[in-house]
Amino acid sequence: MLLFIASEVMLFGSFFTAYFFIRVVNGYPWPPEGFELPRYVAGVNTAILVTSSFTMHWALQSIRRGNRAGMQAGLVLTFLMGLTFLLTQVIEYARVGFAPHDNAFTTIFFSLTGLHGAHVFVGLTILLFMTIRAYRGHFSPEHHYGVELGGIYWHFVDIMWIVVYTTVYII
Amino acid sequence: MRNPLRSEAEAFRFLLLTIGYFAAIAIGALIDKWVGFGVFIVLSLVVLYVAFLRGRDEPPQRVAPTLQHDPEERRILVIANETVAGDTLHSMIREKGEGYRTNVLVVVPAQPSPLQHFASDDDPSRKAARKRLDASLAKLREAGFSAEGEVGEPDPLQAIEDALRTFGPDAIIISTHPEGRSHWLARGVVEHARERFAVPITHVVVDLESDRSQVR
Repeated sequence: MLLFIASEVMLFGSFFTAYFFIRVVNGYPWPPEGFELPRYVAGVNTAILVTSSFTMHWALQSIRRGNRAGMQAGLVLTFLMGLTFLLTQVIEYARVGFAPHDNAFTTIFFSLTGLHGAHVFVGLTILLFMTIRAYRGHFSPEHHYGVELGGIYWHFVDIMWIVVYTTVYII
Repeated sequence: MRNPLRSEAEAFRFLLLTIGYFAAIAIGALIDKWVGFGVFIVLSLVVLYVAFLRGRDEPPQRVAPTLQHDPEERRILVIANETVAGDTLHSMIREKGEGYRTNVLVVVPAQPSPLQHFASDDDPSRKAARKRLDASLAKLREAGFSAEGEVGEPDPLQAIEDALRTFGPDAIIISTHPEGRSHWLARGVVEHARERFAVPITHVVVDLESDRSQVR
């Protein structure tokens, strides 16, 4: 797990290095004139993703206490919120008004947010399997390591989004 | 520096801290970019202090089992390279499980050679570990124990930590060769395990050559 996280941090780190390089080279203002990022829509999306981490945590706490219904509800809610986040990001891409090949700024914007989006997609796939397994009764208060690992991954995806959102949209 | 994503609960706590860290920086940056930069510097120094400096003075956080199980059941983890045998070990398991329904998990770490480790060729060592495990399980079952087993990570401490998460033992027994013949004892595995895990640990020395064993 530590090696996986280290490799992920390095992957995102390389994209952030490219982002800050382009930003420093480009100079003030940022984003470049003529480009505007939908920071409020992304803010709402951030709130959705952060909330999904709370429901994920609730799911794990529920199964630890033997509350299967709570775990199932938590996983379904987490999945739905993650899906909402991803669909909103797709819609944002369609309406943002620029394309990845326009210039370095747009390239790094789509690369960073797209890299994170790919991680959300992987997280949703894991969540889907977790939810199916939860409904099939594979998890119990004694055996729920699958939920634990999925939860760690989902929180990691959430943490990375907070870094991406603050860096790209806010600062 | 400690891995902050070792369990879901720790990852969730780390997420909350991340939210607080970036929210403070963002609010500062919205007021003035230099305020945001100042907040970033101050908070980053605090994080570095907590992560690297303060952590050195504190005893390492001990890992406890995350799994709960039936209170009528007693789970015993036996970690051994090739020494899951002997009357002392069996009586030790009996003693620890007395009055309870006892389940034993035997973990035999794979022991790749340095060359195999370097080449990531762990199949032969896992196969050999599986053979030792099967022999150990047969002996334990012969002695009347309910025992399961698995091949673990080459690092015995990591193998114990993995089992803590998946098995949730009430007691750990580390079985080794006598001093002088045991690599684990030379590396201080028992002492490190006692420092690292919040579960009672018993060290059993099994001398298969002279068929003698003793508890420490």
